[in-house]
Amino acid sequence: MNSKKEHPCQQVSISEDSYTIIEKEQLAKRTICKMIIEAPLIARKARAGQFIILRVNETGERVPMTITEKDPAKGTITIYFQVVGKTTALMRNMKVGERFKDVVGPLGQPDEIEKIGKVVMVGGGTGTAVLYHITQAYRALDNYLVGIIGARDKDLIILQKEMGALCDELIVTTDDGSSGQKGLVTEALNNYLKTSHDVRLVWAIGPLAMMKAVSAITRPFQIKTMVSLNPIMVDGTGMCGCCRVTVGGKIRFACVDGPSFNGHLVDYDELLKRKGMYLNQERESLLFSVR
Amino acid sequence: MEQKTQAEKINRQKMPEQNVSSRIRNFDEVPLGYDPQTAQREASRCIMCKNPKCVEGCPVEIDIPAFVKLIKEGKFLEAIYKIKEKNALPAVCGRVCPQEDQCEKMCLLGLKGEPVGIGNLERFAADYEYTQPLAEVKKPTSPTGHKAAVVGSGPSGLTVAADLALLGHEVTIFEALHEPGGVLIYGIPEFRLPKAIVKREIDYLKSLGVKVFNNMIIGKIFTVDELFDRGFEAVYLGVGAGLPVFMGIPGENLNGILSANEFLSRVNLMKGYEFPDTDTPVYVGNHVAVIGGGNVAMDCARTSLRLGAKRVTVLYRRSRREMPARLDEVIRAEEEGIIFHYLTNPIRYLSNEQNWVKAIECTRMELAEPDESGRRNVIPIAGSEQTIEFDTVLVAVGAGANPVLSSTTPDLKLNSRGYYIADPVTGLTSKPRVFAGGDIVTGSATVISAMGAGRRSAQAIHKMLMGIQDTPTTD
Repeated sequence: MNSKKEHPCQQVSISEDSYTIIEKEQLAKRTICKMIIEAPLIARKARAGQFIILRVNETGERVPMTITEKDPAKGTITIYFQVVGKTTALMRNMKVGERFKDVVGPLGQPDEIEKIGKVVMVGGGTGTAVLYHITQAYRALDNYLVGIIGARDKDLIILQKEMGALCDELIVTTDDGSSGQKGLVTEALNNYLKTSHDVRLVWAIGPLAMMKAVSAITRPFQIKTMVSLNPIMVDGTGMCGCCRVTVGGKIRFACVDGPSFNGHLVDYDELLKRKGMYLNQERESLLFSVR
Repeated sequence: MEQKTQAEKINRQKMPEQNVSSRIRNFDEVPLGYDPQTAQREASRCIMCKNPKCVEGCPVEIDIPAFVKLIKEGKFLEAIYKIKEKNALPAVCGRVCPQEDQCEKMCLLGLKGEPVGIGNLERFAADYEYTQPLAEVKKPTSPTGHKAAVVGSGPSGLTVAADLALLGHEVTIFEALHEPGGVLIYGIPEFRLPKAIVKREIDYLKSLGVKVFNNMIIGKIFTVDELFDRGFEAVYLGVGAGLPVFMGIPGENLNGILSANEFLSRVNLMKGYEFPDTDTPVYVGNHVAVIGGGNVAMDCARTSLRLGAKRVTVLYRRSRREMPARLDEVIRAEEEGIIFHYLTNPIRYLSNEQNWVKAIECTRMELAEPDESGRRNVIPIAGSEQTIEFDTVLVAVGAGANPVLSSTTPDLKLNSRGYYIADPVTGLTSKPRVFAGGDIVTGSATVISAMGAGRRSAQAIHKMLMGIQDTPTTD
């Protein structure tokens, strides 16, 4: 068996994944948090599009977090998350040097990145962080990249400099016009596609409504569109079916078959409703923790 | 002769149980266990057959008459050590084995009366050991210097690990979830198998030198080949049947419809019944439907009740006689007030305005001729459709093979349903030095049959590691 691969982390021992927070940064008026976590084994295996599941503590729930960057040499992975409930609020309060109780990964299908030509990368909100990882992979294969990133106002835009460094063209949009073009990313995309006829692929990562709208725009132009879905998950390994989504009329598990899917085939309305299933409990959990 | 008559005079000792009205509101065990006097009385019923049939009925061949005799004589610790010679998880088996289909079914006393309560006695001995300070830990033989990897810490993986460790090998278990135990912790509810007991059995394994790493998904963090790169000389795959099966009928993605796996994981693994002290919610409405007729369906039904459902109904497409669930579990469910609709099959789920399930449209079924497996087929009765209101549905119609590991192990041959092909005796797969057993080979079965497979594979792995010739390393 010829399998002694040369890899910087070949000698990493199994118990070295400590899940310690190495760095933490709060962005977008503290609504988005960036964390760099020590996880050498995951760092050496993770590929663009994959995610981890983590637990903060012994009573914690399992939550998925997309890996937005990895450094196999340093043995770290980076996640960005928006604070939307109890677990993400707890995470925001954690300090550098503290550990997560459990981290498992890399989960999901790695994205198939190829040298294809002109690719448009559309990012909304925290989605831009996920998009960034994928953009790096397309850059590495020498594609022509057009980035369109947007948020409600200029303070909520993240990774603008980084995306600007990777993309051949970068368009920034804000709802209120405080930076870049005034309007939504979808409007900017629509305008771009009207004038540029050699776009081979569009990636869209952001709120569900945004990904649905982008897919509707690219459909008449007949441009392949990929989106990254974020349903509720429990185990993340295909065991429970909680994250099931309908893609092209078939049931797919986002954790095993995705989380990236062909945007034109996704039943967004069903997914949106499924994401609301535990709203009452989520509220109760938050209230309970502040009592 | 006198011993036989004496034994026949004593009836089978009843297992004390929680009464129905209190037990449906808590997650404590229903059977409470024998006390020592009752255990000795029950053990004295055994007529010590010269050719004990009960041993033939045991998938791991425990020396049943020997341990029963030790209990009769009051030598409780010796009894548990005798059991542990063959069974690595006696506290688990004493609770979840279908003894009525195995050892107790073969007991001669069962011909004219009730068989010896072998399962109850096994549980007694295991629980008794727990109350004693750790008297004697069986020490493994001297280290062989060989390393084996076990993927999955369910019953089959734990058995392989224990057996190989006792033979002196260095064993590492890789578990995908954040806690070891597999179906013992995520599937079987607390009121049938307390998690403290599973933890205790795993601590025993660790005392034998077995290393357990959680949050390690083989097929993702390492491939099987990478395990060999890291110095393991044999790999055992006990990953279980961890893929939920849905029926594919309209409306199945409505809110309020969960797979049994999801529901049980939220409750058992994530302790959803303690929400909001724990963070994972589990939703149970007022009117719960459980689709299916196996032990998993019974677990879902009885758990829903304990979570506060007002009405719990099991919908099963065949009749009571064909239900695969343990009769014991069905009886307990019936006692607890769970309704059973036999010969009933869902055909579609109906939604309210908020995309929650509000009713099931079902059809009545009738039994037809047996199929190749011997089970009777069912055909829908035309025009028999009816709609029943439910706000929660738990789909417990089986589990399939999870592809996470096999998809990155191309030389591991699978059968047409995605299960691993393995030698029925040794568990050797198509991939050299890789063995498999349990549900991932057979499809959903029992804890004890997974353990039996693990036991046989451990022997084969041991022979391979030590270079003992009768096991080939390649197919």
